[in-house]
Amino acid sequence: MVPVLSGRIQTRLVLLLIVGSAVTAVVTPLVVAGYRTTFAVLAGVAVLGVGWELLYHLLMQFRWEKDWPSLFGLLTAVPEGLLLWLLLDAGLVPTVDTAPPLAAYAIHFTAVWLAVWLVANGPMRVPFLRWRFRGGRLA
Amino acid sequence: MPELELRDRGDLTQALLDNEIWPDDLVAEAGIPVHDVPLVTVGGGIGSFVLVDYLRIAGAPTADIRVLSNIDHPWQTYEYLTRVSQIPGPERIRSDSSSRPDNIWGFPSYALSEAWRERTLRPLAHVLGEPIFADYWTPRVGDVFKSMARESARIGYPKMLVKGVARMVRRRAGGGYFTVLTPPAATGPTKRVAYRSRFVHLAVGYPGLRFLPDLQEFREKYGDFTRVVNAYESHEHVYEALRTRPGTVMVRGGGIVASRVLQRLMDDRERYGLQTKIVHIFRTFVTGAHGPHLWSRRKGGDGWAYQGFNYPKSVWGGQLKAKMRRLDGAERAAEYKRMGGTNTPKRRRWQQQMRDGRDGGWYEASQGIVERVEPAADGTLVSLVAGDAGTRKVGADYIIDCTGLEADIAEHRVLADLLAHGGAGRNPLGRLEVERHFEVKGTASGDGALYATGAATLGGYFPGVDTFLGLQIGALEIADDLARRGFGRRIGPVRSTAQWVRWAFGRPVREG
Ligand SMILES: Cc1cc2nc3c(=O)[nH]c(=O)nc-3n(C[C@H](O)[C@H](O)[C@H](O)COP(=O)(O)OP(=O)(O)OC[C@H]3O[C@@H](n4cnc5c(N)ncnc54)[C@H](O)[C@@H]3O)c2cc1C
Repeated sequence: MVPVLSGRIQTRLVLLLIVGSAVTAVVTPLVVAGYRTTFAVLAGVAVLGVGWELLYHLLMQFRWEKDWPSLFGLLTAVPEGLLLWLLLDAGLVPTVDTAPPLAAYAIHFTAVWLAVWLVANGPMRVPFLRWRFRGGRLA
Repeated sequence: MPELELRDRGDLTQALLDNEIWPDDLVAEAGIPVHDVPLVTVGGGIGSFVLVDYLRIAGAPTADIRVLSNIDHPWQTYEYLTRVSQIPGPERIRSDSSSRPDNIWGFPSYALSEAWRERTLRPLAHVLGEPIFADYWTPRVGDVFKSMARESARIGYPKMLVKGVARMVRRRAGGGYFTVLTPPAATGPTKRVAYRSRFVHLAVGYPGLRFLPDLQEFREKYGDFTRVVNAYESHEHVYEALRTRPGTVMVRGGGIVASRVLQRLMDDRERYGLQTKIVHIFRTFVTGAHGPHLWSRRKGGDGWAYQGFNYPKSVWGGQLKAKMRRLDGAERAAEYKRMGGTNTPKRRRWQQQMRDGRDGGWYEASQGIVERVEPAADGTLVSLVAGDAGTRKVGADYIIDCTGLEADIAEHRVLADLLAHGGAGRNPLGRLEVERHFEVKGTASGDGALYATGAATLGGYFPGVDTFLGLQIGALEIADDLARRGFGRRIGPVRSTAQWVRWAFGRPVREG
């Protein structure tokens, strides 16, 4: 992908809202967690994500092509997932007093991440014809 | 013989040539038959094809569009150029998986289609690893043509095609344009016909071959067209001769075509056990990563500047696209210089072959500017090369010029006429100056508009024009501008999705 900063943020928020919510709605009962918790986790990915995107944007400046390979979009799940877990575990995520079981968190987080990543790498272009030519901006 | 009279009549008159703006009766007086259609696109190559694709999907009926072209299939010229420059059917092209001239969405990508067709995950794994663990995945040239043939049938392209050579586009008094076409000899009652349209799109491809001056001089002086060749003309005889007798080939240029020609020479060497020697001359010899600062350094080495595509990837949609859109004049020219220049993708196979060649002493690359080429007494060609280490003589049996298709736009008749009589001007790189939505600046005519895309417009607000994806980006800007003017509809999310479903099932685009 060849995002611009505002495109990164917009794409992340929109996809988490639509795709992330759908996946969360389906996965929550399967991992026996509360909706309150899983949606708080989803919100956490979105809010922290804005900060992460700033960092990615900075790192991208070192790339001559000013691109962000698909693989990076997949692998960044690791640091993001870890940080959010540490915050959950430390009780620092608002509205979540006790962290969910690690396995439940891992499954939920991975499912959301994969779904968002897959949609961003193709199907997104079907309704949003101009999206890929505008650095991921939707507005 | 009344027919002959008519043929004599239906031609350009002095009055037409002299007038920059044509009233309807002036054309009628000349006896040139006039066809009315809202939009014509001149060229009929990939640029015309992708515009027509968007417009049909945006709801324009086939009756509203005419493609004026001297070729039968939109990929014909591209097929010729790729074949002679050593990318035959089974080989892979340069552009990536999502640059699909047959699919305005770029989804599914070529890699996904190939994976599906061949029931293998390999293309997908490859795309996932690019460009870090693998070279960019690119489609086979044959598959590109097949997919375009399918889309051409789906949108009814053949119905819109009119064969002939466009001679000029002139503004019409009262708005719109006349496009004068010379149909193939003896196919019509008159020598010329004219298309009267509110909109015109020009996508005429490369204005012509440019030969390096020293090579041109050699060819003219000695009448030798077999030993000094351009990579963009058919030169199969060179490879054939090398199979019968060992020889030395001088390759000039540092772009993708030079890479392909080298690969062909090296492949043949390997396949047939040949003794071919290669001397490679770079005008600019790149020795390593280069660029003004840490945030803008391009890879390079062994003479080459390495880059996946002809510009950095974000030119087609990201940061550099946004940046260029804001630049004008000298600033724009400087930015072109920074990120353009001759370059080639760093493919692993080429690297290995060149390493083997250097180790084996049969491939030698150096910097130099060739001053003159002369025949030597023993029948070989001697090039006088001025380089960092003074002037030297380099011998070869053949010279393959891989430096380009960079002729001046004024060498194209239609473009020359547009510059002289149509109000068009040049951009900082000397090509046609277009707006951000690809309307040619200065050519507006009443409520009509004239657009251009492709190589003729390089140097504008969007650098990637001469590529499949760039032609699509241009076409989408034009389609949106046309929709604003009431031609076709703007493709929104609902229409886009519905039309994609039709594409996926191979269902034809409806009329209207
Ligand atoms: C060797 C080579 C490899 C390339 N590889 C790639 C690649 O991998 N990926 C990529 O994206 N791009 C590639 N390109 C760039 C590619 O050529 C363009 O993307 C594309 O083909 C240009 O389309 P076009 O419509 O501008 O020109 P063309 O496809 O050349 O079409 C223009 C047509 O207009 C016709 N024409 C001209 N004047 C007139 C007239 N007066 N009347 C009627 N018809 C006329 C010409 O005959 C020609 O057929 C490559 C180019 C070359 C030379």
